[in-house]
Order: sequence, then C-alpha cells, then structure tokens
Amino acid sequence: MSGGVEIPVRVVDVEQATQTVKRFRLAALSGEPLPSFSAGAHVVVTMDDNGRRMRNPYSLIDRADDGSTYRIGVLRTPNSRGGSKFMHERVNAGDQLVVTMPVNLFPIVRTGRKHLLVAGGIGITPIYAMANELRRRSASYEIHYAMRNEASGAFIDELRAAHGDRLKLYRDDMQEFVSVSQILPNQPLGTHLYVCGPEGMIDAILKGGRDAGWADENLHSERFLAPAGGEPFSVVLQRAGITAEVRSDQSLLEAIEEAGVDAPFLCRGGACGQCETAVVSCDGKLVHNDHFLTEEEHASGKKIMTCVSRLKGRELVLDL
Amino acid sequence: MSAIKSRPIYPGLKVDERAKRHLVAAEGEGALAVLEAFADAPDAWSRMTLLYTPGGSAPANHSETLQGRAPDAFHLHPTRQTLMTRLNALLDTATMGTRLYAAGVEGHIGEVVAAGLAHGVDHLSIRTEHRGSLARRVQCVHCKGFIDDVTISPVPCAHCGVPLFVRDHYSRRLAAFQGVSINAETPDEVPASEELYK
Repeated sequence: MSGGVEIPVRVVDVEQATQTVKRFRLAALSGEPLPSFSAGAHVVVTMDDNGRRMRNPYSLIDRADDGSTYRIGVLRTPNSRGGSKFMHERVNAGDQLVVTMPVNLFPIVRTGRKHLLVAGGIGITPIYAMANELRRRSASYEIHYAMRNEASGAFIDELRAAHGDRLKLYRDDMQEFVSVSQILPNQPLGTHLYVCGPEGMIDAILKGGRDAGWADENLHSERFLAPAGGEPFSVVLQRAGITAEVRSDQSLLEAIEEAGVDAPFLCRGGACGQCETAVVSCDGKLVHNDHFLTEEEHASGKKIMTCVSRLKGRELVLDL
Repeated sequence: MSAIKSRPIYPGLKVDERAKRHLVAAEGEGALAVLEAFADAPDAWSRMTLLYTPGGSAPANHSETLQGRAPDAFHLHPTRQTLMTRLNALLDTATMGTRLYAAGVEGHIGEVVAAGLAHGVDHLSIRTEHRGSLARRVQCVHCKGFIDDVTISPVPCAHCGVPLFVRDHYSRRLAAFQGVSINAETPDEVPASEELYK
C-alpha cells in the first residue's frame, strides 16, 4: 500500500464535543497497543461508504496511557465532499475503520526555548497534543485558542484543567482576536510559533511573525486542505495504459485509486509532497491547490500533487 | 564541495531588513564582510549590536572603520574567548526579532553558531561568511581534546600526541572538525604533514 502500513481499528466511543465537532476514540482491532506518536502527528482514515472509498487526514489528539486507543476530532464541514459528513452521520461506536501509521508533518522543535501554540477552531487538535507533550516536558509554552464562541470550543474544559493560565481564549462573538502585536513582542530568542487553523488566520499569523523579524525557521504551520471538487475531466495514466474519468466530487488521487492504480500518497491534504506526479501533457489548465510545490513549479506545469489539485479542462496525461 | 555532508557551507552575510536587532559577531577580516553586507543597509546600523575581535587583522585597524559606521552598540574584544562570553550574555536576554550574524575564520563562525544553537536559534537562520585563514578547530576523537588554528594534516594532537588526519566531518554542536588517528594500524609510520588549511 502506497500510504504505508495500515491499522484496522474499531470505534470504541463517539462523543459530540460541540454542535459541529465529534471526537472518536479508536482501538486496534487486533487488541494490541497502537504505535506511539510524536505530538503534531496525523493519521489518514479510510472510510468505506457503500463501495466509495474516502480518505481524510485527521490530527491525533492523544493516545491512552496504556496505548489502547487514539482520539481524533472531526469537524463537520458544510461543503464536505463526504468524508466529514460520513464520519458524523454514519460512524458509530462498534464500527470499523482503517487508519495509516501516524505521520508527523508538524513536529515540535525540541531545541526551542519557548513555544507559542496558536489554534483556530478545529486546528486545536494537533495543538492539543503538542501542549500536552510540552507540559510533560516542563517546557515553556503558551496556548492561544481562537473560536467562534465558547460553545464551539471543542476542548476548552480539558485544556483549562491541564494548562491553567497558559491557555488564553479568543471568542469571535466577544470581539476577541489573536493579535500578533500582542503575542509576538518580547518573546525570548529561540521561541517557536506553531499555528493551525483557518487559512486566513494562518496567513495573518505567519505574516505577522515575518514582519516582526522572526526567522522562517521559527514559524510553523499545518493546513490540511480538503480536496476541492470541480469540473469532471479525463486522466490518462501513460505507463499503466489506463484512462479514467475524474468525477466532480472526486479528487484526482481518488480517481486514480478507483482505476486500480496504487499511486503514492501520504497526507492527502496537500502538505507532505509524497504524491508529487509528473505531468506529461494536459489539455486545459492545472488547478494547483497544494502547499508543497513552489510557485515556479506550479507555473511550470510539469508537476501536480494528485491529492488536492486537478485539471480545469478536457484531459490530463500523467506519468503513472 | 566536500563529499561529506556535515562540511559547513557559509553562504555569505545577507542583511535581513525585517530584523528588529542585528547581532553581529565578527573576527579579523570578517569586519570587511560586515562593512560590505551592511553598506546597502544604512538604517540597519542603528539597530546593530556589533562585537569585534581583530584576531590576526589587528594592524589593519578594522575596528576604527567599524566604529566609524556608528553601530548602536560596539564592543571591541581582545580575544575570541572574551567575545564569546559577551555574545552568550547578549543571547541570554535577546528577544525574537534578533538576527545573528557571524563573519571571520571558521573556528569563530563555528563557535557563534554553536552559541546560537544553545539558545534555540536554528543554524539556518544564522547568517555566516567565511573570511581570513582556512585554519580549523579540530577535536581529537580519541582523547576528545580540542586543537585550535590547525593548518596541517596530519596534526599531532596537542593533548594525547596521536597524529590526527583532519577530516571534513564536522560537528555543529562542538564547532569542530574531526581528527582521527592516521596510523592506528601502522603506529611506526607517520606520514609527512601537509599544509592544507592555510
């Protein structure tokens, strides 16, 4: 399997954390302990909806002390192509899912002297794990957690109990916003900032950091993109000699997999770079949605990240 | 280019205009790298803390030239050791937005980078430029003693006497190249030293 080792799991508990967020506790079907992971890691969950396979990355919130379970948090997104909707409507305690081994694209920099954790909405899930690890290590850290209102904060009680006044909440409905001019000045040299949340928030925080003279090496973010749907098109896998149709509600990678080709992937969210594929030719315009390739690579039209990007046009020929 | 990946590369000083404070540690001819790099950034001098030790460049009197550019703070040090003491004290209280620069001989750059690392600064965000001698700081892998200003290989270890082949293998943490016994299997033969790192 291109995504690495997979672990069949059983859902042992589903918790409605807020109106739009559910937390799932997963245990290995084999009964064995799940692999330990470093904070910031995610797994890709495979869902089977009557033969239609969907795979979404979800950050790991925590692992039970005895290793028996993982927790993930899932936000129900309004324009979901099906993944988060399926998790919310169809997955109940006792059901089976498949997860990949944990992969960490958002690790804590262990040489850092202080850590600023900034989360918006469901972006709290990796931050939650990172905060716990920093607390265990008695490291210096702050948590800045922004949400629509207190009712939509999925982890407030647990975070408050564990982190006390290191947790600062920002509620949109109270006109409270995470402001770089407040959290960035006077931080000691060697501070690292980690931000996970909505696109606009990540961009604003990173820009604020650079403007404040922070080195790029100290600014970290993670954003998983849900592959945007779009117009249908044809994909030709030149080496395999296969032509397939990419439906409007399907990602390019999903269509390739449906055609029976085991294409490379890891995060399925445009972040890791594993699914980078050479474009042989295309009749149409490439729509790049990833955060991995550089702008020059996007412009060159020679590469595509199959997990989140697609074609606006007739036919795409890939070296697969 | 060395085939050994740990061999450090010094891309040259490049001013980060967004930095709120430029913390510059220069040794010897490294003064010229600072003057050149900051020539196009006149505003940066008013946000600069400049530490300088003349090393072998004392007769050229770069310190007066540097001071003449009116950095916000200027500290002249008699030796690299005293410069490092002050640099470490400054790093202890520095805030984010401070950019660290190192220019001079490799041993000096290495010590500045190691001090930065110890304060949580990523080595890639430290701007470095090599000027002056190619002399190396070497650690004997056998007795762990350090030897400074090594220009020849093999070099006899100043601590245990073993003749050391100086490798490109570099430790960023120790700020030193690795010296390995050149004749472990034939202790009677000591190859002639060559001057490689003048």
